[in-house]
Amino acid sequence: MSTQARSAHSEDVVGYDEALTRYDPVLGLEVHVELNTATKMFCGCATGFGADPNTQVCPVCLGLPGALPVVNATAVESAIRIGLALNCQIADWCRFARKNYFYPDMPKNFQTSQYDEPIAFDGYLDVDLDDGTTFRVEIERAHMEEDTGKSTHVGGATGRIHGAEYSLVDFNRAGIPLIEIVTKPITGAGERAPEVARAYVSALRDLLKALAVSEVRMEQGNVRCDANVSLRAKAGDGATSAEQLAVPLGTRTETKNVNSLRSVERAARYEICRHAAVLDSGASILQETRHWHEDTGVTTSGRPKSDADDYRYFPEPDLVPVAPTRERVEELRATLPEPPAQRRKRLQGEWGYSDLEMRDVLNAGAVEVIEETVAAGATPAAARKWWTGDLARRANEAGTAVTDLGVTPAHIAELDGLVRDGRLNDSMARQVMEGVLAGEGTPMEVADARGLELVQDDGALEAAVDKVIEANPDVADKIRDGKVQAAGALIGQVMKEMRGQADAAKARELILAKLT
Amino acid sequence: MTTAPDLTHLTAVQMADGLASGEFTSVELTQAHLDRITALNPVLNAFLQVDIDGALATAADVDARRAAGEELPRLAGVPIAVKDIACTQGIPTTAGSRTLEGWIPPYDATIVTRLKDARMPILGKTNMDEFAMGSSTEHSAFGPTRNPWNLDRIPGGSGGGSSAAVAAFLAPLAIGSDTGGSIRQPGAVTGTVGAKPTYGGVSRYGVIALASSLDQIGPCARTVTDAALLHEVIGGHDPMDSTSIDAPVPPVVEASANRDLTGLRIGIVTELTGEGYQDGVQARFDESVQLLRDAGAEIVEVSCPHFRYAMAAYYLILPSEASSNLARYDAMRYGLRVAPEGVESPSAEQVMASSRDAGFGDEVKRRIILGTYALSSGYYDAYYGQAQKVRTLIARDFEAAFEQADVLISPTAPTTAFKIGDKLEDPMAMYLNDIATIPANLAGIPGLSLPSGVADEDGLPVGIQILAPATQDQRMYAVGAALEALLAQQWGGSGSVLDRAPEVTTGAVSEEAK
Ligand SMILES: [Zn+2]
Repeated sequence: MSTQARSAHSEDVVGYDEALTRYDPVLGLEVHVELNTATKMFCGCATGFGADPNTQVCPVCLGLPGALPVVNATAVESAIRIGLALNCQIADWCRFARKNYFYPDMPKNFQTSQYDEPIAFDGYLDVDLDDGTTFRVEIERAHMEEDTGKSTHVGGATGRIHGAEYSLVDFNRAGIPLIEIVTKPITGAGERAPEVARAYVSALRDLLKALAVSEVRMEQGNVRCDANVSLRAKAGDGATSAEQLAVPLGTRTETKNVNSLRSVERAARYEICRHAAVLDSGASILQETRHWHEDTGVTTSGRPKSDADDYRYFPEPDLVPVAPTRERVEELRATLPEPPAQRRKRLQGEWGYSDLEMRDVLNAGAVEVIEETVAAGATPAAARKWWTGDLARRANEAGTAVTDLGVTPAHIAELDGLVRDGRLNDSMARQVMEGVLAGEGTPMEVADARGLELVQDDGALEAAVDKVIEANPDVADKIRDGKVQAAGALIGQVMKEMRGQADAAKARELILAKLT
Repeated sequence: MTTAPDLTHLTAVQMADGLASGEFTSVELTQAHLDRITALNPVLNAFLQVDIDGALATAADVDARRAAGEELPRLAGVPIAVKDIACTQGIPTTAGSRTLEGWIPPYDATIVTRLKDARMPILGKTNMDEFAMGSSTEHSAFGPTRNPWNLDRIPGGSGGGSSAAVAAFLAPLAIGSDTGGSIRQPGAVTGTVGAKPTYGGVSRYGVIALASSLDQIGPCARTVTDAALLHEVIGGHDPMDSTSIDAPVPPVVEASANRDLTGLRIGIVTELTGEGYQDGVQARFDESVQLLRDAGAEIVEVSCPHFRYAMAAYYLILPSEASSNLARYDAMRYGLRVAPEGVESPSAEQVMASSRDAGFGDEVKRRIILGTYALSSGYYDAYYGQAQKVRTLIARDFEAAFEQADVLISPTAPTTAFKIGDKLEDPMAMYLNDIATIPANLAGIPGLSLPSGVADEDGLPVGIQILAPATQDQRMYAVGAALEALLAQQWGGSGSVLDRAPEVTTGAVSEEAK
């Protein structure tokens, strides 16, 4: 039974741990990044997401007869900055190349890309793993190219072109600048290979975000990942042993469009288990592209692929070579942001967060907003509490980003100031936040409008304390006997008496003064 | 037509002067050309499209502006024909191919915009070999253009329509495109002037690509000065064409006033003379050399040893680039769509294949197949790679030659116009007609062809080619203009070789040529 025939059905897999007892996984990742330039790679068309189909097009990106490309200088600069941030060499001189193949959503039937002269090459990215260790992923190259149009296949069961009744093509995406970042084979990760793959894509995403070169929204296809997986026989003592590294690489499969961090890890893991089963059966891996199915968590056979896929590359004669001067490259290097991992460590130290707190902040994607909030005057603790607490929960419920709730870092800083000045207590602060969320204004405006203010009049508080002591003689006696913790029951009643607008600490102080 | 002064027989300079002085209007001038097109195009098939309304509207606009005292560009009101390879908004553009029949571009090529800015009435679109692949205009999907000198003969190619239109006084000026000689060779075989500027000297934006690294747009005219005037209209930097040179247009109009050849070093390329060149072609060339020498030029012999590989390199680079450039004609977004026969619900790929099969002619298919093969993995280095090396060697040959000479000269084409149909079965024989013009395209240097007389054996016109170093286009105009004046003196009459062309009349196509 051939692998091809098997792939039509649900395929055999071996348990992950078992697979790792016999095989050493090697991964390779190709990540396509859509740049956030205002215009396309080779024409002046807009790049905004979500426009009506075929409204952001022109003779160039439609491949009309006679149209010619002109390189987007900003895209080249973004490519160079990405290359530098990935510790790559930047080419002194490189050309675009035409990748020739026919496809209905590719207007010219060739993609203007780069072939043997990428703008950036030979770099690395250090990625943090869950246990706090760092793994270095070597970068083969980063090159510039243009995106294709987007096909929608209507009718038919699969959403693929095969079996569709008709297809619609939107060329708004055609010509959007892409950077393709290709790793060298990732060896030495052993059982952690899938985790490394996820951590790499995550770190790359953070880096691109810090560079501000892409929207990096995987769900919108700004970042698209193809995962290459191969297995080789296990050898030596561990994945990084000389014996293991000397074993030639096995045949690889390329799983296309694995478009979430979780999927990257799952797809790699699945392919490792599937490869192991094929190899265990004595069959060999068919070099092919595979499709990832998020719902079922499996890959299925795509089309056979071989190194002999012939795209008839040749240098693009309609474009002049890209030859950045060394001075320009150094100027661009000077614009690089602090590496995200380093920045995280620095901020954690400055803010005094525990590892657990920092992880919550990272998971909530709240680093930037906390940084802004602290800069606006809030304490790091208050900033964290708001952005990863109440507000994160609300954003989650509303299915929106925490930064899209209408609350700004300045609001949080103001609110925190009101609390620290003793004007509001925590429960009042939450009420103020309700008002801010409801669009009633700034925290100060909401507090004023709602009349929320701790009562500073000690006479009123003292009267309330006396009243509560009188009404609860048993509790008062306990406190007189030294059971200070019983004061909590009285404080609650005092607050109730004051309709919440009292300083609980002050109430406690008064109660204890009167009874001890 | 001999009694009344025929406006169509003036030079572009004379037309511009006549318009400026109010001797006649642009509407009169344009109408005279349109009338002549109406009368003779059915015989010549030089135009694929005639834009009567558009041309007259521009002409009337120019006349109104002139009447209002507005200062106008030099060629304002002088009509022009445009090779059907340049996109013209609202006017069908086919590149001579069935696949683009009926396609109306939504935009103008940069050169068309410049013609409009110069307020030149555009008469229409001229016939050409399909996608500019050919040297005879026989490979047009819309029938061959006939040579006004002899209707049984080819007008050259690929721009035979433009040159025939100019030679037959259907237009004083025309736009051509030259990938391996498509402006110069038609110029030579129709007794007209054609110039291929330095690569990058004229924008290619909106001009349908044949081979991107070789294509160059240029003027077709009846005199060197007329060509220079048009060159300055269309030339100059265009941000829409990355390969366009960001520098002022060389001073070609000024150069075309030159008559002085003293001390100028003129190199004869030994590889482009002698064997393989028709006797009458060689004789007219030798005569011109003598005239130049007598006028004080220093004639030197230069050798360009790598030219012998030029044809081979050209027929690898051109098809390679063309195979990719023509991939877009797939019936998905525009152009001819033909469903495959006997297929129930065809796939996109099947529709692409059947449409391309129906839309492209044999010469186009031949070159797409050649280019696809040459670029294929495993053959790339041996073919495309080697051809690029030859290209470098040819450029070096030119560099060395231009150290010994200010300009180089050769016959433009090895023969006079051959008979329609003669070389259809033998593509190599047709390719050889471009042997003298191809090296300039490979090196990106400018070349100009002007008439050097007619061959004794067949009475057909012969062209001489002048080549100059890259960006030094003015040199070829300076030498061309001086030689043109010397020849005019020798010939007498109006000084034009076209004096000797028979008058084209309707119904003059021989049975043989039909
Ligand atoms: Zn566009």
